[in-house]
Amino acid sequence: MDNLEALLHEAQGSIQQAGDLKALEQIRVDYLGKKGHFAGLMSSLGKMSAEERPAFGARVNEAKAGVQHALNEARAQLESAALESQLSAEAIDITLPGRFQSSGKLHPVTRTMQRIEAFFTRCGYSVEEGPEIEDDYHNFEALNIPAHHPARAMHDTFYFDPGTLLRTHTSPVQVRVMESAKPPFRMICPGRVYRNDSDQTHTPMFHQVEGLLVDRQVSFADLKSTIVSFLREFFERDLEVRFRPSYFPFTEPSAEVDIEWGRDDQGQVRWLEVMGCGMVHPTVFEASGIDTTQYRGFAFGMGVERMAMLRYGVNDLRQFFENDLRFLNQF
Amino acid sequence: MKISEQWLRDWVDPALSTSALVHQITMAGLEVDAVETVAASFTDVVVGEITAMEKHPEADRLNVCTVSDGIGSHQVVCGAPNARVGTKVPFARIGASLKGAEGEPFKIRKAKLRGVESSGMLCSEAELQLSEAADGLMELPAAAPAGKPLEQYLKLDDSIIDIDLTPNRGDCLSVLGIAREVAAVNRIRIDENLLEKISAEVAAAHDETFPVKVMASADCPKFTSRIVRNVDLSQPTPVWMVERLRRSGIRSIDAAVDVTNYVMLELGQPMHAFDLDVLNGELQVRHAAAGETLTLLDETSIDLTDSSLVIADANGPLALAGIMGGLNSGVTSQTKNILFECAFFAPVPMAGRARHYGLHTDASHRFERGVDPDHQERAVHRATQLLIDICGGEPGPIDIQLDTATMPARPPVSVREQYVADLLGLQLSRDEIEQLLGLLDIRVEQVNKEGWRFNVPAHRFDVRREVDIIEEVARLYGYNKLPVTKPKAAIGFQPLPEKQRELGQIRQALLTMGFQEAITYSFVDGIKQAKLFPTLEGIDLANPIASDMGQMRVSLLPGLLQAMRYNQNRQQSRVRLFETGLRFIPVQQPAVNVVDTGARPPGRPADLAVSARIVQDKMLAGVLFGSPMPESRDAKARPVDFFDMKGNIEQLLAARTGHQDISYEPFDDDDGHYGAIFQQGQRCRIVRNSEETSKNQQSGGPEGKTIGYAGKLHPSALKNLDMNGPVFGFELRLSEVLATDLPQSRSISRYPEIRRDLAIIIEESISYQAVSELVRSAGGDYFQRQVLFDVYQGQNGEAAKGLELGMKSLGIGVVWQHPDRTLRDEEVQSAFNDIVSRLREQFGAVLRS
Repeated sequence: MDNLEALLHEAQGSIQQAGDLKALEQIRVDYLGKKGHFAGLMSSLGKMSAEERPAFGARVNEAKAGVQHALNEARAQLESAALESQLSAEAIDITLPGRFQSSGKLHPVTRTMQRIEAFFTRCGYSVEEGPEIEDDYHNFEALNIPAHHPARAMHDTFYFDPGTLLRTHTSPVQVRVMESAKPPFRMICPGRVYRNDSDQTHTPMFHQVEGLLVDRQVSFADLKSTIVSFLREFFERDLEVRFRPSYFPFTEPSAEVDIEWGRDDQGQVRWLEVMGCGMVHPTVFEASGIDTTQYRGFAFGMGVERMAMLRYGVNDLRQFFENDLRFLNQF
Repeated sequence: MKISEQWLRDWVDPALSTSALVHQITMAGLEVDAVETVAASFTDVVVGEITAMEKHPEADRLNVCTVSDGIGSHQVVCGAPNARVGTKVPFARIGASLKGAEGEPFKIRKAKLRGVESSGMLCSEAELQLSEAADGLMELPAAAPAGKPLEQYLKLDDSIIDIDLTPNRGDCLSVLGIAREVAAVNRIRIDENLLEKISAEVAAAHDETFPVKVMASADCPKFTSRIVRNVDLSQPTPVWMVERLRRSGIRSIDAAVDVTNYVMLELGQPMHAFDLDVLNGELQVRHAAAGETLTLLDETSIDLTDSSLVIADANGPLALAGIMGGLNSGVTSQTKNILFECAFFAPVPMAGRARHYGLHTDASHRFERGVDPDHQERAVHRATQLLIDICGGEPGPIDIQLDTATMPARPPVSVREQYVADLLGLQLSRDEIEQLLGLLDIRVEQVNKEGWRFNVPAHRFDVRREVDIIEEVARLYGYNKLPVTKPKAAIGFQPLPEKQRELGQIRQALLTMGFQEAITYSFVDGIKQAKLFPTLEGIDLANPIASDMGQMRVSLLPGLLQAMRYNQNRQQSRVRLFETGLRFIPVQQPAVNVVDTGARPPGRPADLAVSARIVQDKMLAGVLFGSPMPESRDAKARPVDFFDMKGNIEQLLAARTGHQDISYEPFDDDDGHYGAIFQQGQRCRIVRNSEETSKNQQSGGPEGKTIGYAGKLHPSALKNLDMNGPVFGFELRLSEVLATDLPQSRSISRYPEIRRDLAIIIEESISYQAVSELVRSAGGDYFQRQVLFDVYQGQNGEAAKGLELGMKSLGIGVVWQHPDRTLRDEEVQSAFNDIVSRLREQFGAVLRS
């Protein structure tokens, strides 16, 4: 049966030479189609003897299967080559930058304030806000700073008229809360404060977070632990904290809080003042109608810019309010 | 306050190094600001005596001096104007080492000046860095032994301790005050012999006193004076006193003034010396009369007011009491007879008096904070003794004008033992507490069941209440030794309102949209602000720090625009900034006696509440300039436009649940206050409609609530601010941005949506909002939503291709869905037809073929 052999051989040769799927399909039609070469061979079956037929038929079918197999293999190869070439045609320089909206950054003061708020809200403190234009009573009188008090001179107050001013600290917010609600209190008061002073280390506006805790059993020892825990959490370091007697009209005893911040040339610990605090002065409670026989409290306060400067290594206070994008983008 | 360490150690000398002593003072609550050296370190500078002097042959202004250093004579060329034969001056010999102005060391060598040999240098105070004085040689007392090393002679082995005292510790504004603290902290006593010596009474040599009348005893409860006759003020102040004054920052004037200053530094009691012979009649301590004037020691003339307290004689005011003496009654080199004045001026009336005249003196600083009301006699005796030691004289008796009724009361202070433990969280025994307080001379007056009553010494006038005493206990025990405990207070749960978004979320959303947070000053340039917001009157500060920071902002936009301009000027081509904070708007109607409703105890003065006069609203504002997206390789760069900004606002508000109630509406120039800052045709009011207000709107009732404004910066605003455009801005009430609804879930239809697209041609002047509202209302029961997929219209006054001039084409996809079944085609078609016919009737819209 040279014919069959030759046909198979010829088909296989064509398949090998087929360059694309279309050519393969033509080969399939040519050989395996209804009018294809193998169909032609099968039609010659009728001319054969009954003995020859099964064997020939089987051989033809085998040859057809062989062609089909070769076609399948060739198709798979061509498809995979086509996929390969498609993929390689689609290849890109993945080091080109992606498309995105640029992302802004929080102002470092906000970032710092949020960090401070996060600590205290986790400790059950509420966050209270209040007006920035205040009256003399809430900013001074109610905080044990009467008109003649020398501490007033230190506050460098901005005035609108003799009784109306820009708050010099956020303590008046605490006074307003104490006036309108009942103890116990745990609150922090973040916000803008104003002092008429401008130089290398002062801006006429800055931010404070002040805190107040009022309850039946509160001591200076509680205050110390609150401050130390906060400072260590804020700086994420087991830094040394020291309490130094000081004076604020609204607290007694009062303390300045220093943290260790490196060492000087002589190897001595450098202490940096970061906060003020103390036990709420009874006069302050009396002014706000809080029963001093039942309640005691502690208060503390800090400058947010100072904390931000220490935390993020900002060395010029004035940068905070220039709003230079090159500065702001760093945080 | 600056004091000499040597001086302090005369009073109390604990076995501590300077740095340990300074640390201790700081930790006692008297914060040491700085420790300074008394002079630059130098070697081989001795007391020299100019024994001969002649003119330099070649230079008019130079002299050739012969200087003795006690051993030999040296020829020194010197240009100082005060070089004279016989004077003693610091002499830096050949080989001496000095420090230059920048701290760089240099050596004295033999030199030739204009041809004349010079072996050494005569020094000014500045050259030795003893003071700033550089106008001549430092003149040493005639008794200074020639050849004595200068650092030994002047006792320069000393430090200046600069202490920043809190206003309550007026008692520490003296060497004695600091010494008391150092003694207490070290559990030792101050030098009792020294105290006894300086407190010694100086007997009167005659019985002449000067008549004094205190007419304002509330201001001046105690006034003492003493005549000292026949003093010789030509006698120089001894070098030790000059040096101590210098180390406290006070220049030597003459013996009488120096003595009063010395006593002030030593005891904390300001004094004044009058020239007795210019005083006329009696001395009066009284309030000034309006119209009176006074020329002060510093030669400035002031107009007195009736709130000022003066010391006057028959001719009028002589001194501003407790603040500064007058020029014409002070001692001079001719003065022969002196009247010392030493008073207790009460601190409360003193407050603010010096500042009223722009003055701040050592005396006013002390009187405002309070001086020991009991020690004026001691100060006068001490001053008398010091003065007589220097320039002789015969003192009279001390005249004392005392009004016990106005002297400060000193009632004993009750302290509860349990309260000490409660407040400090520390249990101390009664003995321990008494011992600690004893260190400060706070003595038990009476012991009772609850605790004690303590007597407080006169100089600790700041200790008045129980807590003051407890603070002293804590201070002496040591703040850092006090225990540390976790607060035991009950856990308070904070409310967690879900209908209020957190500010942090809003900020985060804006950051993601490319906005950078800014913080700008709350006070702005009033003139510039008025141009942006001419219909709002800003509130002016009475004492602004600068004229361009003189007015409270009525909007956050002026500050943000200034920040934008700052960045534009620094080559930033793309700026997006936002800020949150208060704006300050005065209430238009005059508020009549609105009183703060804060619960306050009876007796507290009612004041006109600030909240009734000024509205302080929290706002959120943003400004945009440059490309909407960062520069990249494929996005075509274009400036930001209205819809970029509107998209940002929509995205911000879309994060609220129930944001469908927001609409954007054009507004007229006189509608609200944003008509000047934003340009007509590219600006909007942002309105929140509740269900109620949208019903109202249909019936012509009140509209929704305006929650903000947005728009393109008006060209004239850009010009005024000298900025590049286009710039867009928005400002919203923060509370409205934060407000959100609690989500309410609805069932979701399982049946397919059907969409029909519609392309219509209408007049350009008809807003999309009007069209979309009509589509919604005509869409039938199963209308779900609509989407605008195409807008086609002409530009720059030219018609678009295929459209008539003034017409536009809108492509809108409308979606229907039934909750319980599949919609039939004819149902949808009928709704679609309704929309088309309503659009035709209402707006003359035609379907685009």
